[in-house]
Amino acid sequence: MSKSLYTEDHEWIRVDGPIGTVGISNYAQEQLGDIVFVELPEVGAKFERGGEAAVVESVKAASEIYTPAGGEVLEVNTALEGAPVMVNEGAESTGWFFKIRLSNAADLESLMDEAAYNEYVAGLA
Amino acid sequence: MRYLPLTPNDRVSMLQTIGVDGVDDLFRDVPAAAKRGGLVDLPLHKGEMEVERILSALAAKNLAAGQAPFFCGAGSYRHHIPASVDHLIQRSEFLTSYTPYQPEISQGTLQYLFEFQTQVSMLSGMEIANASMYDGSTACAEAVLMAGRATKRNRAVLSGGLHPQYRAVVETTSHFAGGEIDAMPPAFDGVEDIIARIDNGTSCVVVQTPDFFGHLRDLRPIAEAAHAKGALLVAVTTEPLALGAIKSPGEMGADIFAGEGQSLGVGLNFGGPYLGLFAAHTRLQRQMPGRLCGETVDALGRRGYVLTLSAREQHIRREKATSNICTNSGLCCLAFTIHLSLLGESGFKRLAMLNHQAAIKLSGMLEQIPGVSCLNKSFFNEFTLRLPKPAGPVAGALAARGVLGGVPASRLLPGDPNAANLLIAAATETNSDEDMAAFAAALKEALA
Amino acid sequence: MMRQGRPTGPIQAGAESFETFTGNRGLDHEEPLIFEQDAAGRSGVDLPEPAGMADRLGGLARQGNSGLPGLSEPQVVRHFVRLSRKNYAIDSGLYPLGSCTMKHNPRLNEKMARLPGFADLHPLQPIGSVQGALELIGTLAHWLRTLTGMPAVAMSPKAGAHGELCGLMAIRAALDARGEKRNRVLAPESAHGTNPATAAMCGFTVDPIPADKRGRVDLAALKAKLGPDVAAIMVTNPNTCGLFETEIMEMAKAVHNAGGYFYCDGANFNALVGRVRPGDLGIDAMHINLHKTFSTPHGGGGPGAGPVVFSDALAKFAPLPFIVHRGGSFDLIEQEADAGDASPFGRMTAFHGQMGMFVRALSYMLSHGADGLRQVAEDAVLSANYILASLKDELSAPFPGPCMHECLFDDAFLKDTGVTTLDFAKAMIDEGYHPMTIYFPLVAHGAMLIEPTETESKDSLDSFIACLRDLAREAKSGKTGRFTSAPRLAPRGRLDETRAARTPVLRWQHSPSP
Repeated sequence: MSKSLYTEDHEWIRVDGPIGTVGISNYAQEQLGDIVFVELPEVGAKFERGGEAAVVESVKAASEIYTPAGGEVLEVNTALEGAPVMVNEGAESTGWFFKIRLSNAADLESLMDEAAYNEYVAGLA
Repeated sequence: MRYLPLTPNDRVSMLQTIGVDGVDDLFRDVPAAAKRGGLVDLPLHKGEMEVERILSALAAKNLAAGQAPFFCGAGSYRHHIPASVDHLIQRSEFLTSYTPYQPEISQGTLQYLFEFQTQVSMLSGMEIANASMYDGSTACAEAVLMAGRATKRNRAVLSGGLHPQYRAVVETTSHFAGGEIDAMPPAFDGVEDIIARIDNGTSCVVVQTPDFFGHLRDLRPIAEAAHAKGALLVAVTTEPLALGAIKSPGEMGADIFAGEGQSLGVGLNFGGPYLGLFAAHTRLQRQMPGRLCGETVDALGRRGYVLTLSAREQHIRREKATSNICTNSGLCCLAFTIHLSLLGESGFKRLAMLNHQAAIKLSGMLEQIPGVSCLNKSFFNEFTLRLPKPAGPVAGALAARGVLGGVPASRLLPGDPNAANLLIAAATETNSDEDMAAFAAALKEALA
Repeated sequence: MMRQGRPTGPIQAGAESFETFTGNRGLDHEEPLIFEQDAAGRSGVDLPEPAGMADRLGGLARQGNSGLPGLSEPQVVRHFVRLSRKNYAIDSGLYPLGSCTMKHNPRLNEKMARLPGFADLHPLQPIGSVQGALELIGTLAHWLRTLTGMPAVAMSPKAGAHGELCGLMAIRAALDARGEKRNRVLAPESAHGTNPATAAMCGFTVDPIPADKRGRVDLAALKAKLGPDVAAIMVTNPNTCGLFETEIMEMAKAVHNAGGYFYCDGANFNALVGRVRPGDLGIDAMHINLHKTFSTPHGGGGPGAGPVVFSDALAKFAPLPFIVHRGGSFDLIEQEADAGDASPFGRMTAFHGQMGMFVRALSYMLSHGADGLRQVAEDAVLSANYILASLKDELSAPFPGPCMHECLFDDAFLKDTGVTTLDFAKAMIDEGYHPMTIYFPLVAHGAMLIEPTETESKDSLDSFIACLRDLAREAKSGKTGRFTSAPRLAPRGRLDETRAARTPVLRWQHSPSP
């Protein structure tokens, strides 16, 4: 599996062959606070890059999740439905949202690597 | 001025602290072209006694329901409200508090909202209820929008028994939200083939029971047909007291319940403020409009209540919110909850039966009048009469005789020739035998 | 003679650790839910036994119980009195919620609204029997038109957000009449959440306008966003930072030149009433929260009322119903067919609007008169500026004054103290104050928006100022205990909102004893 790539909206994607795993960054979960609900896409749903694929809610905030790359949703992390706290505890690991079959590898080109993302986040403070 | 505590000296001293010469300096950001030097052209301030005199004179120009034998319904019902209801809702701590955004010092409001939600769930037979909408008509419009979100479909079917002004509110709201409405023609006898209108594009079917003409509707076959096509059933009730006598919407398969709660605790108020009841099943909770109060614990582990699932709402979700509603009908919820707490299960059922029997008695008396017939096979506390002549002028003639004898259907369905002679009459526990006799006598005269 | 004295000195016991057997704390009683006080068959009303006649329920009679609890009247009264004592209220203390206008609610208004000639009227009584009610609505409409300088008003909207919806529907209807499909609404980033939510309910997309360094709409940015697809701008004035939009007339001109309309959120009209007429600023529609500017009680979240004033461009699209005065009597136009030259866009609600709120608002207006209402705006603005001037050295204000009816602080003064805006607000509760609006508007970090209103005395303002200065000094001194564990003296400590949202419990459930 590749290293994580990031968007300016704080999603990450890790690519393994034709399949990408998507979640939100640790920075994003810290900003949102205690996550109380995650609305996941339906398996089989198709998105363009930047399409609104999921919603994550905390007590006083909500955020749409835009997929970093287009494609068809293959699997969703159903464990989040009963335990949204997993996003707080493992945003970039066990708290992943969905897996997507990439339709266009070029979607990944403009994403940030970890170092660039960290620099980007540091600039937001 | 009695409501303004600052004295001229206070004002001078405050301006000094601020460091400006006069109050006009504080308005210096207002463009010169919009500044007004003098007073607007309206009367000057008045003492309490003078205001009371002016408003009492206006009130005296109206014929209050309590001054006349009174039989109006059609979405607004007159019931006896126990004295303690108004006493309690005028407690300063209820009347003059804001939305409970600071739960530690708003547990009074939050706990009664939790009790209100539970009562509405119980009455409607639904799993959960929200902390109210503006009134029954806007609750109904919100239910249609919610059904659209839940089913991702665009077309709602409205029964011809739906209150015509509710229908108008749903049509207006849906039109601007981009939804489509299939409204059935008025169903005067309570019979219509609404099932035939449901297809795979239907988001919901909206059926009122007791309906606008007073007929009771069996929602079960409609629920079944709607569900078979993936549509939802929205059940509407304008008289919540009926739920003490008839099967609940939940029991009959409704997915969303939208109702008017005014009958319990709120009063007539010439149409507002009223109380929108809104209930649904748990699976739809994140699509609900409006505030929801939930149970939790505080830092010491004590039970307490908070507004919750707020990420649905406008102050967080903004343009993606389930509704734009902010202010609701808080104090009317409280009145409803107190009234229903006083009634209890036994009182609620008994009050419902007293209403039903008053209506049976009244319909029996009025049907004796030559040329008058009742359209209803079934009803709760309201029914529709066919008169031998147009009902509008008859209602006016009754009022001239000091009787507020029902609502002419033509008031809400103008231009429909089939509605012209129909009079919708309601009876409640407030009507004495003498009232009914006076109504019957006056109607006989008015028709003669 | 009584020779045995009693101890009268202060008791030094640690109040925080003190626990009672009952859980009650003096006047603050723990109160179970009504459902937990149930006894089958008990009731708080006495009703006659129904006669045993055959029903006409068409086979739909309810079977079984719904589960409502049975309580007597004394139990019900005690229950709700005990609950009431767990609430903060404007009648008991200063309630400085910015944007909410928590002013004194005169009791005369309550008395007037309860006159049977208003409260005991059915909305569909014959028109001839409700002439006084229609006259009252007509009179209130006249006051609202005069105070705003606008030619028309729709009375039926039931609250501020409902009024916004009414205004945007009228704008949509006007555009439709022009045959134009404009789908974009511009609203400042600092707008109330109801603005974008309302625009979305009307099928508009919402495009945010940035603020400039002075906390106002960035006029250049606004102009750059205008175009043939812009239906309207929605701007709050005074804005949500408590500032007058100095370039509001240029904004109006710009949007009109681009073919759009100007919707003004009138939530903050209290700052202007009697002094500035929105009609002179070039707006096309504005709702008025009668429960803010005109003192009808907030009632724990409602009911409110949100009449909408309209310019000539939009007046003919106002919704049904409306009142006309002709031939010496009042009539109610309830149907499009009777609307004459008007083209009402539809109907917002059943019946005619919030009559109970209309009576209260008119009672308030008559009491104040033209002179008193002008003084209302002046005192509200004076009080807010007094607070701003008295606190800005100890707290931190993102924008210099003058402000209008409310003043904005941010959390810069709490930087590195370990105390957040939320902690600061909760500590105010222990001091006997309702917190100000916090974390709104979003343009100020850790925002604290204070609206004192005109109905506080100078002594009350001075005590409040002294309290906030003391809290700020303590936070900066590094002592966080008073903040992070606050509130300790309220009926409840901080509530677990995460738990409430993760596992929602939205109603009481009967749980059979094991």
